[in-house]
Amino acid sequence: MLKKTLGALALTTALVATHAAADGHQIDLSGKTVEWIIPFSETGGSAKWANFYAPLLSEALPGNPTVVVTFNPGAGSTKGANAFQEMSYEDGTTIFGSSGSTQFPYLLSDPRVRYEYSDWNVVLASGTGGVAYLPADLAGQLGDGGDATPLAGEDFIYGSQGATRLDLVPLLAWEMLGLAVEPVFGIEGRGDGRLMFERGEANIDYQTSSSFLSGVTPLVEAGTAVPWFSFGALDADGNIVRDPTFPDMPTFKEICEATAGCETSGEQWDAWKAFFVAGFPAQKMVFLPAGAPDNAIATFTEAFAAIQERADFAEISEARLGVYPQLTGDAAKTAMASATDVPQEAKDFVINWLSERYGVVLQ
Amino acid sequence: MEVFATALPALNDAFAMILQPHVIGFLILGVVMGLCIGVFPGLGGIAGLSLLLPFMFGMEPVTGLALMIGMVAVVPTSDTFASVLMGIPGSSASQATVLDGFPMAKKGQAARALSAAFASSLFGGLVGAAFLTVFILAARPIVLLFQTPELLMITIFGLSMVGILAGRVALKGLVAACLGILVGTIGEGASSGALRMSTYDMPYLVDGLKLVIVGLGIFAIPEIIALLRRDKAISDRAPLGGGWAAGVKDWWANKWLSMRCSLIGVVVGVIPGLGGSVVDWIAYGHTVQTAKDKSQFGSGDVRGVIGPESSNNAKEGGGLVPTLLFGIPGSGSMAIFISAVALLGTGSIEVGPSMLKNNLDFTYAIVWLLALANVVGTLICIGASGGIAKLTEIRFALLAPFLFMIIAFAAFQSRQEIWDLVALFGIGLLGIMMRRFDWSRPAFLIGFVLSAPAERYTNQAYQIAASRFRRGFDEGIEYIFSPIVIVLIIITLLSVVIGLRQAKNIQAEGSVAAGNKRAPLVFLLAITAYIALAYWNSAVIPDFARMDRVFPVFVATVALVGCALLIVQMIRSDETAPIFADREAEEAEDNVHGLWATLAWFASLLIASAVVGFILALAGFLLLFIRIRAGKSWGYAAAYTAAGIAFICAMAWTLNRDFPPGLLQSYVDLPWPLT
Repeated sequence: MLKKTLGALALTTALVATHAAADGHQIDLSGKTVEWIIPFSETGGSAKWANFYAPLLSEALPGNPTVVVTFNPGAGSTKGANAFQEMSYEDGTTIFGSSGSTQFPYLLSDPRVRYEYSDWNVVLASGTGGVAYLPADLAGQLGDGGDATPLAGEDFIYGSQGATRLDLVPLLAWEMLGLAVEPVFGIEGRGDGRLMFERGEANIDYQTSSSFLSGVTPLVEAGTAVPWFSFGALDADGNIVRDPTFPDMPTFKEICEATAGCETSGEQWDAWKAFFVAGFPAQKMVFLPAGAPDNAIATFTEAFAAIQERADFAEISEARLGVYPQLTGDAAKTAMASATDVPQEAKDFVINWLSERYGVVLQ
Repeated sequence: MEVFATALPALNDAFAMILQPHVIGFLILGVVMGLCIGVFPGLGGIAGLSLLLPFMFGMEPVTGLALMIGMVAVVPTSDTFASVLMGIPGSSASQATVLDGFPMAKKGQAARALSAAFASSLFGGLVGAAFLTVFILAARPIVLLFQTPELLMITIFGLSMVGILAGRVALKGLVAACLGILVGTIGEGASSGALRMSTYDMPYLVDGLKLVIVGLGIFAIPEIIALLRRDKAISDRAPLGGGWAAGVKDWWANKWLSMRCSLIGVVVGVIPGLGGSVVDWIAYGHTVQTAKDKSQFGSGDVRGVIGPESSNNAKEGGGLVPTLLFGIPGSGSMAIFISAVALLGTGSIEVGPSMLKNNLDFTYAIVWLLALANVVGTLICIGASGGIAKLTEIRFALLAPFLFMIIAFAAFQSRQEIWDLVALFGIGLLGIMMRRFDWSRPAFLIGFVLSAPAERYTNQAYQIAASRFRRGFDEGIEYIFSPIVIVLIIITLLSVVIGLRQAKNIQAEGSVAAGNKRAPLVFLLAITAYIALAYWNSAVIPDFARMDRVFPVFVATVALVGCALLIVQMIRSDETAPIFADREAEEAEDNVHGLWATLAWFASLLIASAVVGFILALAGFLLLFIRIRAGKSWGYAAAYTAAGIAFICAMAWTLNRDFPPGLLQSYVDLPWPLT
């Protein structure tokens, strides 16, 4: 349902954009090279996402410019984002792809952040989801409806990339469920976390949707891993509902309701939800730099919308991106606003929790 | 048996897929492109694959695979050219090849060293593919046996190779390795994000130094400077007869060594998380330990080329296991490979745990495309080696500016900042001094490469073991002392004992005469000062980030004890003792130019780049260097400059890269390539 609503929304905006373009306000990029800056290394999830879109974007933009993905990694993406902040619009040949790891330091007032989302012009927002899973023996101990109470005495090990990254969302979730989880830091990607789980060293893990589909589903079929809950997805009113990619899986909210010690209201819940919203439903976004004129924004918006109208889009995107809304136009703006505008109380709660629980001080 | 019932038809299908004319055609195209890129030090599979990515979308799967694998497979083959001919480690896979390959080139045996290396590469690649064909079916459970303590032990085993490469004064080798480890810890700690030897005011250091820069700085820069000061060709005598056939004969005479090192390569390559960086050192260590006559290692023993080169192509095959079976890339190029595979066709091939079940035919196709690419690549390389080896007979003053241009460009790819060049220059200076005073540069590099895994696995194993011990003493012990760990401990101990006993005979970088007392002592004090600073810097990391403190403090403590002992030894020994080795004394009569005058050329290139940008600075540098230092006419210098600039621009344009901008560029908008 959600997918359809958002899809229709995206389509409407695309049509609006088409009309704008039909007035002759489209920029022509023929013979040019569009540089798509990714503030991570060639090897991460953002690279996969941009590499998926780049050839499609080249076909969809007027004049079929070459679209190249360039990488400017460093300081967990703050370096590349700071550099993009310095750029101003020239001729529409520079776009920037951000990720949850760009959003979180921004929200947590990391001293290295010198960028401001509201200066940029969003033209695409790609969502994703996440799934938590357990070894079969521990999953068997869960109570009714996934109640986590019976696992309270268990010693959990979780391979983590760092408490201030996207892992903040699962780490806070484990804590709300009353689990004693010790994060082992220093792993290089979520794939390494899954490997640690497969080796039997970690006994709780989560993966984003596309990695879950490709990496964990075979383990589930083999009986070594059992999915516990998805983080969920947002409906048009901002409520957490079941993830459209995993409609049979309970959401974290349902598990929290089934667990006696976990509250789905109050400041802890609000903080979790705020950071979930910032990290997942609009995880990866494409921006034009500050000062981009309306016709440039319309051109890119229309191109991204046109990509989704391709007859084969559902087929080619399912394995790469999962079944998630790819928002353009106003829907993308709304998504960006909810992803980058977290209430001060939620920020304060998380900053305080990070320093008390993990000794992370964001000076 | 059931396994073979599914494997054989899949193998059959795989060969049917590969052996089509257009597939072979694309494979050869990929191989040629890979060779062209791999020849340049510092540019490897990542640059090449990024170049291919835009063409992968919707391409027929097996053709796309042929193109990509052709390219990836031959990079460790062709980077041998730089290692052997110039003493520049082309990539992490060929660091150890430099130790004996380059001395052979100096002795006029470049063609022999190259063809021995290529024959070994080919053999290693084929052994790797054959081994994988069987092993891949059983690999998953075996790979999963390697938990964090096992990974830590393999890292320590890799570090134990320092014992063999430590040089005449073992303590100096130990301190050099510790220094390498400490340089490797610079930046944000992996555990809690505490800063080591860096501040947020200098963002460059926060991410640490990259292997490309350290490898080029520690090996390439000192060799280039040293050769320039002699002002002759690389090869100091006329080339020996026999050429490439001699090298192939050398390989045949050592075929069992080559076989053993290939197996080492494929087995270590299989283990996710370590792979490439240690394989060649372990193979080199094994080669030295099992050799009867060890006196020639480091001054041009062909076995020192055969060992590492057999292992590094086999490693590529081994590295496919974590990539294909677990979806976890063993290296940067494999990460791009994974994302490129997803672009192929309709995305039907999905790398990861389901690969064996759903795409066994493609798995085999990949394994054997890799082997085939090795064959094609090696044949081309052997064919070309005689001609390319002639580079060693050119007067070095004409070669050096060109090399320096490529190295600077490669280093700049690390972070695309002018600081890349500063770091290259700084590490280069350290390399020059280590070479001069006979401090083991291989030991330094091993320490640097293994620093991050050593720290990471130590911390993780400690954390997980603590959790196991909380559950029960037996469970903890079982976790730490698994049978694999015990076997690795025994191997490591043997390797250290054997290594230390023989280290005196093995001079990985040739013999060095002793000079006077003062200069070596000053250098030792400078190193001690840095280590003390690193100790203090990490000791003040607060308690909540202690996981980032323990490792550097421990290593620095070991190093400081080593430094103290060395200082005592220096005070007691007289000035002919090996501890006072000084290459300035050894090479005094060969050097026609001073060290600082030569260095000043490169320092001026660096400073000029910071002011007017790389391309303008390079043009001025090439012109003046060829005119003044090489003593050619203005016309010759201008032609040389034009050719050099055209070449580097063509390369950057193909790879879609920019050049370092300077101050000028922040005031004036200039067209590419001057930007």
